[in-house]
Parts: sequence; structure tokens; C-alpha cells
Amino acid sequence: MMAIFWGVISGICFIVLIFSIRLLIVVRTGSECKPGKKGSINMLVVAGSGGHTTEILRLVESLSQAYSPRHYVIADTDKMSEDKIRTLENAKNEVGAEPKFTIHRIPRSREVHQSWSSSVLTTLNALLYSIPLVFRLRPDMVLCNGPGTCVPLCMAGLGLGVLGMKKVLIIYVESICRVETLSLSGKILYHLSDYFFVQWSTLKDKYPRSIYIGRIV
Amino acid sequence: MKTVFVTVGTTSFDELIESVTSQEATQILSDLGYEKLVLQVGRGSVVPGSDSCGGLFVDAFRFKDSIAGDIRDADLVISHAGAGSCLESLGAGRPLLVVVNDRLMDNHQLELAKQLHADSHLLYCTCSTLTQTLKEMDLSVLAPFLPGRTQNFANFMDQAVGLR
Repeated sequence: MMAIFWGVISGICFIVLIFSIRLLIVVRTGSECKPGKKGSINMLVVAGSGGHTTEILRLVESLSQAYSPRHYVIADTDKMSEDKIRTLENAKNEVGAEPKFTIHRIPRSREVHQSWSSSVLTTLNALLYSIPLVFRLRPDMVLCNGPGTCVPLCMAGLGLGVLGMKKVLIIYVESICRVETLSLSGKILYHLSDYFFVQWSTLKDKYPRSIYIGRIV
Repeated sequence: MKTVFVTVGTTSFDELIESVTSQEATQILSDLGYEKLVLQVGRGSVVPGSDSCGGLFVDAFRFKDSIAGDIRDADLVISHAGAGSCLESLGAGRPLLVVVNDRLMDNHQLELAKQLHADSHLLYCTCSTLTQTLKEMDLSVLAPFLPGRTQNFANFMDQAVGLR
């Protein structure tokens, strides 16, 4: 009996170890990953709500048509973002061309003021929707700026890398509202993203791995 | 008509509405040449009537889909410290006075207002110092708030992903 027990335990330890090493490799190899060499970037954009959406859409607007197709993910409770996305895409699209974007909805992983413990549950629920979505779309990069929804989507993107299916670049841009402290999503994704932008030098001082090239929205 | 627009955002900030519609404050605004006071009061319990403020025309409402028009029409915006209101007002190039709710402690939204004040993009006070601030304010010292450089981000990303 004891032998089986120890066998199972060491098996689990082995899997966790392999998984951790894979995760470490995936997180550390971002700078070598150049999906743009093939000419276009399949991009997943996490739009949040309100201010987050406004900020991320300004970033999307600045990117060239090489970032195509664009897959937007919004929280299912979000009413406003879809209109904003369609307005931007209509402006971005050349007349007569096929639209190169899609919009997907997933359950919101965290409402403002939601407690830590229930956030874990709702984030797991959002992860159930994020994994099949990200595995189906297989984006080259995920662009996000802090709504709770972005954590499960980025985890799903890391999952593709850990399983060796595809390295997904994770680009995180902390909101302009954050001057001295990172948001909760930011604190989590600081360690997991390939390019982590902050918009104030005070944050760059506290988080040396971050990228500061001035205000970008 | 020279207009002041006051906004409290999605919650309430009765103390601000009371302070800005006080006899003393409206007198100062009137002396400064303002003629109209537009108030977005949110969920607050104080909703001033249209004849309550001395020489000023008053227009109060709770919420609108967009306050962009009210900001554009204003010569001065007085706002709570919310990031959305601050960025919208500065983006529209309107002089902005942020009134901090000192009953809300540890609000991360204050980070942005404080920084923008340090960079001279806005004026900053509490309800108790509002009238003093209005009396002494010099809007000409405010520095314009230029939009962020999204193109720098786009250039960085093009290099990072290997498009260039």
C-alpha cells in the first residue's frame, strides 16, 4: 500500500516539476518569439469595460493592418464594449474589404469589489470558457490591459505554450490610472507576460522588468 | 455663457454638491464671471433646484449616457478624483479642478489625480478648501495634457514581434 502511495506522490511531484520547468521556459523565451516574420499577427484583444476598453482600443487603433485577424474578447455582462469595437473596426477597415475581426463573450472573472475567495471560483469558471476559446483561435499574441477577464485568457495562452502547441506572446499594458501600484491583474501577469508596459516612471522604478516608453494612451 | 460643470461620477458626493452650491462659492463663481452651473449629482441625495444658487443659472441631473457634451461646453470642470472624469476633461482641454473626497481613504483612483496635479495638469483641493481654491485659482498656470504616444507602442510592438 505504502509503495503505491509514494509512487503516486512522486508521480505528481514529477508532473508538477515538468510543468514548472515548461512554464519557466515558455515565460523566458518571449524575446526570441517573432511571429511577425510570417507577415501577419493573429491577435487576441481582451477588452474590459469602460475605461479599460477605451484604452485598449486606442492601442489597437495604433497597430498596423499586419495585426490581423483581431479577435476581441469581452465579458458577457458588458454592454458598451461591442459598440466601441465595431466603431473602431469600421473605421479601420478599407471600404469593400472583408472584416478581419471577431467578437467573443466569456463570463466575467471578477467584478469590482468582489472578494478574493469568490474571485478564485469565478476565475476558474472563466478559465473553463477561456481554454477552448484560446485553443481554437491559437493567437500569436494576447493584448490586454487589466480587466479581470484577462488573467484566465492569458493562462490559457500559457497553456498552449506549456503543452508545446504554440508560444503565445502575452502583452500587458497597465492602465494609465496606475501610477504607484499595479492592479491585481498586473501583479499576477507581471511574472507571466512577455512584454509588460507601465505608463509612469514611478512604476518602472518599483517593477524593473517592466517597459516604460512614456505615456502610450 | 460662461459655464462651470460639476461631476461626481457613478456614485455620490453630496458634500461637493453642497459646497459648490453654497452662498459663498456661487458668489465667488459669479464674481469670476461664470453665469451657469451644470451639476451631475449621481446617486446623491442633494439635487439643487434651478433657482437655488444666487445669480447663477443651475441645471442639475443624475446621469447621462455621455457627459462629453457637458465637458465640451464648460469653461471650468469641477470633478471628483475618478480617473475617467479626469482623463475625459483633460483630453477635451478643459481647465480642471479635482475635489478629493477625504472620507474615502486609500482610493487608488487618487493616484492619478495626485500625479496629474504634481505635473500641473489640474488643480486639486478638498471640500473644505474649495471656496479658498476658487478664490485664488489661476487657470493660466495649468499645463496642457497631451495625448499619449500610441505610435511609440506600435513601433515597439512591430520590432518585438518581428514585423520589422
